[in-house]
Amino acid sequence: MPEQVMSEVLDNRRVGDYHVLSLTAPGIAETARPGHFVTLAMGGEESSMVLRRAFAIHQIASRGVYGGTLDIAVAVQGLGTKWLAERRRHDVVSLVGPLGQPFSLPKQGVSCVLVGGGYGSAPLFMLAQDLRDRGCRVDMVIGASTEAKLFGVLELKRLASSLTITTDDGSAGVRGRVTDALGEAIDRAATDVVYACGPMPMLAEVARISTKRRVFSQCAVEESMACGIGVCMTCVLPVVGDDGVTRMVRSCIDGPVFRGDRVRWQDIGTIPSDAVGAPDQEVVR
Amino acid sequence: MSRALISSGGDRRDRDQQGAGVDMSTDLAGVVLPSAVLTASGCAAAGRELDAFMDITQLGAVVTKSIMLKPRSGRATPRMSETPSGMLNSIGLQGPGIDSFIENDLAWLAQRGARTIVSIAGETVDEYARLAAKLRNIGGFEALEVNISCPNVADRGQVFACRSESAAQVIQAVRRGSDSRMPIFAKLSPDVTDIVEIADSVIRAGATGVSLINTLLGMVIDTRTMRPALAGVTGGLSGPAVRPVAVRCVWQVRQAFPNIPIIGMGGIRSGHDALEFLLAGANAVSVGTAVFNDPGAPARIHHELAGLLSDRGIAQLGEVISYAHRPEVDLGVSPLEPGSGFEDWDFISE
Ligand SMILES: Cc1cc2nc3c(=O)[nH]c(=O)nc-3n(C[C@H](O)[C@H](O)[C@H](O)COP(=O)(O)OP(=O)(O)OC[C@H]3O[C@@H](n4cnc5c(N)ncnc54)[C@H](O)[C@@H]3O)c2cc1C
Ligand SMILES: Cc1cc2nc3c(=O)[nH]c(=O)nc-3n(C[C@H](O)[C@H](O)[C@H](O)COP(=O)(O)O)c2cc1C
Ligand code: FES
Repeated sequence: MPEQVMSEVLDNRRVGDYHVLSLTAPGIAETARPGHFVTLAMGGEESSMVLRRAFAIHQIASRGVYGGTLDIAVAVQGLGTKWLAERRRHDVVSLVGPLGQPFSLPKQGVSCVLVGGGYGSAPLFMLAQDLRDRGCRVDMVIGASTEAKLFGVLELKRLASSLTITTDDGSAGVRGRVTDALGEAIDRAATDVVYACGPMPMLAEVARISTKRRVFSQCAVEESMACGIGVCMTCVLPVVGDDGVTRMVRSCIDGPVFRGDRVRWQDIGTIPSDAVGAPDQEVVR
Repeated sequence: MSRALISSGGDRRDRDQQGAGVDMSTDLAGVVLPSAVLTASGCAAAGRELDAFMDITQLGAVVTKSIMLKPRSGRATPRMSETPSGMLNSIGLQGPGIDSFIENDLAWLAQRGARTIVSIAGETVDEYARLAAKLRNIGGFEALEVNISCPNVADRGQVFACRSESAAQVIQAVRRGSDSRMPIFAKLSPDVTDIVEIADSVIRAGATGVSLINTLLGMVIDTRTMRPALAGVTGGLSGPAVRPVAVRCVWQVRQAFPNIPIIGMGGIRSGHDALEFLLAGANAVSVGTAVFNDPGAPARIHHELAGLLSDRGIAQLGEVISYAHRPEVDLGVSPLEPGSGFEDWDFISE
């Protein structure tokens, strides 16, 4: 069950181009799993920004007097994230979480590749730790447009059997995209499962590469969300269900983690004509 | 008492105990709700998700997402864009269709013990009639809210709510299809020249009351992509940005119809905002967009409102309904307490 709390900022530090905020999260941190996200209200009670912003849970900890705390990694994009990046120790923000469906973890010790693009590597830390604790092999492919936008590379190196880094401009690691390196990583580690978080085009490609190699993939998507709790229907995308039928499902409640082979990546931003309730059906009838 | 009513006071987000003694119930056409604070259609789904953030049985009622006859996928994404103190949405009434709604959502709400107002929407007059018929004998809800801000397929996509005749046709069809005792609220669009004229036509057609307001038609262009921000191009504007428009609509309709029940909404995010709507003439209020910012908003607003009424020495919420309409010069005689004298008043100049 998600909780809504007034959270205190414990720390705000720069990591490359990102701001990592540590927040008190009583009742939230305790139940958070890798892949869950939280939402924060922007700019105080009278703010002209009426919508909350979503962030993946990066780390959780238990810190003595504060109880459960959690970290998020924030990339400044617009007004809301700019405001958030300016928060200082002792500032108070409204926090809701944990939200969404987390990554599902294998029962056995299988071989996993974790793929992160930009701040998409943030939720992979907890995931890598949990997978290792279950005896899984963890290889990582982390990429970004440029070195300063790679997130947490040093720490990830400690968690993974191998770490491949890519940057679009070649400022760190291999020049190119994570998806250029993924096929090789899968082959090398005899991968059973691919986990991915990052921009939508990256996820689409990760899912394609994995499915083609008959490797199971789980992707944490990022859709624009008004509520984050399942009441508004803004965050939908076409996903094929167990029954083979496509539905427009809410990524905040049914996601953000989806099976890569179930999301109709090419049809995002449209209503496929065979989706349940699609307007075309009316015409046919 | 009158003094306390006139002088404003109390902290905006005061979640106090003093409000505990206030009778917060309201009467909507014979349906007595224990709280005048409801959810707004489309901003609370069918109550289930919000139950994690507040006890939905404490709400006046859950007003459910407008349901159509058949399952519906809605519009393409992006479906929303944040705007100054508001947002634009173009969801396109995505939903499971009436049969699934009755079987799953309405059943869950009844089992949970929540009061429910069912919102319906259609593309033709006949579709509204069939929805009313489907809901006729099943019970489990307090009232119908008829969302007529939908394009009328038979009239080149003109919105029902924007024309007196088509608005009246829908309400008449729903009235005929429903039990005669079922309260019917026609939900009106503010995008009209004269909202009183539309209210008049739906009341003549058999509406028990009106819900004011639905969203305002708006548009945002993304200057980066240099295209409309929403896949649906235009969308409905909601949130605090629309509140003065909504208060004006409630005021005008209340002035024309002193006795019909009105559910007011549009940008309510605090107890103060709710009080403003009651003073303008609303018998109950719905909280929409504020839920996205604060999932517990309806419960918070209920408590804030109770505190504000208590601050003003008001024992029953009904006393403030339409109170802003009282004559300007009341010579020190408050309608709330006819005997009160001039000396009780607090003057702003102090
Ligand atoms: C499940 C999920 C997890 C996320 N995790 C992270 C994270 O760990 N770190 C991080 O830096 N960012 C993350 N994001 C993206 C982050 O929510 C957006 O960057 C942020 O909302 C932008 O807000 P803004 O006010 O700065 O930008 P603006 O562009 O001014 O925002 C305007 C509106 O658009 C929405 N919006 C804009 N960009 C995005 C986006 N990329 N995704 C979703 N909504 C958007 C905002 O929520 C807001 O309603 C995540 C998004 C989702 C949906
Ligand atoms: C995302 C969203 C979906 C909505 N869906 C519906 C709907 O299905 N039926 C309806 O009558 N009104 C719908 N509305 C309008 C609201 O019920 C309400 O009338 C309007 O948003 C103004 O109130 P607010 O400013 O408190 O949100 C919707 C509004 C939003 C923001
Ligand atoms: S963001 Fe509101 S339903 Fe998903």
